Amino acid sequence: MIAIVDYRAGNLASVKKAFEHLGGGCVVTSDATRVRSASKVVLPGVGHFSATCTLDELGLKPAIVEAIIAGKPFLGICVGMQWMFAGSSESPQVKGLGLFGGECSRFSTAVKSPHVGWNTLVRRGKSRLLSGLDDHSFAYFTHSYRAPIGEECASTTSYDGDFASTIERDNLFGVQFHPEKSGDAGLRILRNFVELPC
Amino acid sequence: MLTKRVIACLDCHNGRVVKGVQFLELRDAGDPAELATAHAAAGADEIILLDITATHEARKTLLDTVSRTSQHLFIPLTVGGGIQTLQDAERVFDCGADKVSINSAAVARPELITQIGNRFGAQAVVVAIDAKRNNDKGIDEVVTAGGRNLTGKSVLVWAREAESRGAGEILLTSMRKDGTQSGFDCELTRAVAESVQIPVIASGGAGNEKHFVDVLQKGCADAALAASILHFGTHTLANIKLVLHHAGIAVRLQC
Repeated sequence: MIAIVDYRAGNLASVKKAFEHLGGGCVVTSDATRVRSASKVVLPGVGHFSATCTLDELGLKPAIVEAIIAGKPFLGICVGMQWMFAGSSESPQVKGLGLFGGECSRFSTAVKSPHVGWNTLVRRGKSRLLSGLDDHSFAYFTHSYRAPIGEECASTTSYDGDFASTIERDNLFGVQFHPEKSGDAGLRILRNFVELPC
Repeated sequence: MLTKRVIACLDCHNGRVVKGVQFLELRDAGDPAELATAHAAAGADEIILLDITATHEARKTLLDTVSRTSQHLFIPLTVGGGIQTLQDAERVFDCGADKVSINSAAVARPELITQIGNRFGAQAVVVAIDAKRNNDKGIDEVVTAGGRNLTGKSVLVWAREAESRGAGEILLTSMRKDGTQSGFDCELTRAVAESVQIPVIASGGAGNEKHFVDVLQKGCADAALAASILHFGTHTLANIKLVLHHAGIAVRLQC
């Protein structure tokens, strides 16, 4: 069972629908016990980085950390991915999990923000999450903050310079775009996650 | 690079897709869920479902339509028409919408933009602006209730206010052009696109592929809406995108 963590940050119906479409059993939950008993954990998220504070308030953060330490596949989407970094200039007082190095920062005023629409994933190295995808596949983005490119970056995307659009290390996966809204390419990515061994 | 979007718009009335000329003379154009799926398969970058009657009695029909439409749709779905309150928006999101489009209610109570944005994120709030040229005042004026109410507000001023209140995108419809199939209002679209930092979706007037090239290039729109042009089989999304591609505009082409 995949636990889709509900921390009151926007709308999870689409993520749930996509996993159901793929036949991946899932549950949307704010209950730490259910997160602990899940085989995989998805942290979606739209909106503000500070919304991740709610994870602490609901007692979900320890459950997520335990799942990660236990080696369960973990997928952060959008703000959920940004939370895997040390932090974000959107809310400097709020700490991320620090699983990946660096901080997320706002797009410059040279471009329209938010970055909304379909953009390309330029692959870097091997990736289990992006397996089977063409290089330069399109994905749907909507965000104003971007993650830095480090060694564990599996794809970059170009907007106001390049940023990390997919990150991957061991059981940890993060995507800045919305795979649940990215057509066939997005469904392929979610299928890859569903099919990962637990 | 970020591509320009072509968005398929489904105007809905009592659970059916309809198309009128300048908001009048409605004709039946099919089932919303079926059309949305077909447009997505043909390369639509997003779907917008607008309930053009949005009477109180019709709300339940709309929610049912949204649920059916979103069930097998894996591209962004925006829903608009008659969303007056945060609770209205919540119901639409619960049925699987990704964004809501608000129009008259945002003009009447601009704080609604912020309320929905705070709860669902700015990316989920599209402010729809219907514009009518007012030659007496020398401005493009915001109109509501399908063009029946003149607000006296300048489109450019209202677009900037909507942005400052947290709108994620602007959906700009030129009433002068809507339903005429004579091309988008490139001049007005450009003026709005240059006034705000958020994406602008141009709407009203698409009649052929060249009109999309014009509004995305000369009009500086980030996205353009296609409605009736798609419904009767005269033009296809695939061809619109191919023409855009050949004109040097970055678009998402189907594999």
